[in-house]
Amino acid sequence: MKLSPETLQKIDEVIAHYPQRRSAALPLLHLVQEEAGFISNEAVEWIAERLQIQPINVYELVTFYPMFRQKPIGRRHVKVCRTLSCALMGAYRTCAEFQKQLNAPLGEVSPDGEVTVEFVECLASCGTAPVVMIDDELHEKVDAARARSLSDEIKAAGRAPAAKP
Amino acid sequence: MPAPEQRRLIFRHIDEEGYSNDLACYVRNGGYEVLRKAVQRKPEEIVDEVKKSGLRGRGGAGFPCGVKWSLLDRKSGKPIYLVVNADESEPGTFKDRYIIYRDPHQLLEGSVITCFANRVERAFIYIRGEFPGGAKILERAIAEARMANLIGPNILGTGYGCEVYVHRGAGAYICGEETGLIESLEGKRPYPRIKPPYFPAVLGLYQCPTIVNNVETLCHVKHIADMGGEAYSRIGTPNNTGTRIFCVSGHVRRPGYYEFEVGKITMGQLLNDVCGGPLPGRRFKAVIPGGSSAKVLKFGERFKGKRKAGSEMVEYDWGVEDIPMDFDSLAMIGTMGGSGGVIVMDDSASMVEALGNINAFYSHESCGQCTPCREGSLWMKKITARMVHGSARPEDGPLLKSVADQIAGRTICAFGEACAWPTQSFIAKFGDEFSGYAQKKAAPRPDGVPELI
Repeated sequence: MKLSPETLQKIDEVIAHYPQRRSAALPLLHLVQEEAGFISNEAVEWIAERLQIQPINVYELVTFYPMFRQKPIGRRHVKVCRTLSCALMGAYRTCAEFQKQLNAPLGEVSPDGEVTVEFVECLASCGTAPVVMIDDELHEKVDAARARSLSDEIKAAGRAPAAKP
Repeated sequence: MPAPEQRRLIFRHIDEEGYSNDLACYVRNGGYEVLRKAVQRKPEEIVDEVKKSGLRGRGGAGFPCGVKWSLLDRKSGKPIYLVVNADESEPGTFKDRYIIYRDPHQLLEGSVITCFANRVERAFIYIRGEFPGGAKILERAIAEARMANLIGPNILGTGYGCEVYVHRGAGAYICGEETGLIESLEGKRPYPRIKPPYFPAVLGLYQCPTIVNNVETLCHVKHIADMGGEAYSRIGTPNNTGTRIFCVSGHVRRPGYYEFEVGKITMGQLLNDVCGGPLPGRRFKAVIPGGSSAKVLKFGERFKGKRKAGSEMVEYDWGVEDIPMDFDSLAMIGTMGGSGGVIVMDDSASMVEALGNINAFYSHESCGQCTPCREGSLWMKKITARMVHGSARPEDGPLLKSVADQIAGRTICAFGEACAWPTQSFIAKFGDEFSGYAQKKAAPRPDGVPELI
């Protein structure tokens, strides 16, 4: 498992926060996924060794927690909240618009490898529904029109890779 | 009667122009003065103030905070931990988000006071994975507080030391359940623990005595330490003290967060006066008063009985609009104040589809440990999804109810109730919509009515 020196340093720091190493499992999974994009079998074994636990004890976390994934996703990650308050304000229409604009089937990487559009459960911003997270950023009151303009921004940024959004 | 004014204790600065989430701004506004005074007192005095305040937990169960603290096993010789439950996940709830993103030092000050009062030397803030920005803000706030000697080995020169760390979750609702959260913090799947014997106050994190408190609750602790338990207990109503943040979402004109003295505002005042009433041309149909697991209320239904008012019993006859928004009144009429998440549905919403949406949430989030919940939540989802997307039968309502009735009370944690209550209450109050859904579905769908499932 090849990780950057910065990530390795963060891993050392975070392990020291806990009286028991195993507690650092979730933080390590986050750090590895942030760098590698997903959790490979190799990553599972590497984390297990680092925490002195069995690989199954890491693997069972990857398969349980919704935010960890075992496959790469698109370059941009669009997560549309599906839960009641957002649905009441039109989240299903918002999600359909993203799928259409970005040519991405729900939950799969778009054919050009650029985008993954997913439904997720409550993002805790129900008062500004419908809400969408694009990568780490929250967007509020995303109706179909806003979904179109956000999709345009994603597509434009994809054509000019130097300008990181 | 018009609605009372908001009383912003926790959200005092949240919307102030120029108020930022850094230490300098917090200190300019009097921040950490309460901690400075608190560490000069005896820890027991602060615990007493919190007991006197009558503060009830703001996470969902409404358990008295001072009682929770007094259950701590202080004689075990093991370290005591504080875990800040920042896993805000109950659908309809979004108050902690604004505390964390806009006023993180208020949470840290309340947390360190709580640690000092309970002799805690290590605290963890368990923040939901979907708040990556919030985790960074908290980490920066902790670093600032550490530099200013407000967190760390020798807080304000008193010799008392406490470290606070941020721990990110990864998208699982069940981590909001306190024993599931503890398992998750130990690096495991968040399977809730059975109680007894695993009461966190005795056998919590690493089998040590542990306090798990909600973000908003810990902010209240700061204000209690500031004004004293007795003064705090005069805010709100007896047994429902302090202020409460209501998160209103769904079909109202002005959704958002509003802070009021507990019990001083009714549902009708909140929805009509404060939130501007229903959307143009619509009528309120149903409201879920305390997060999506709370039992639904139907506009038009009446609640009658006797209740305690001071020392005497008085009769009450309330419509939904008349219900005072406090823990006890909502419990009395068969639902709960829960997490303060008020979800409103108007006459455009189909109750079958709304329940289908809620059932999809709970079946996705069941941890799978207990069979009745794992299987039952999935079947409730499948039945409601079939009703919407396949064929609906008149007997589906009673079938759904029979599944729900077999979950509640038969599981390790309260998720069993949380996933059964929506189905039980929707069927009890809107049974005709379920039996008549096939006919309704045959008619063309009105324009602009969104899909819910």
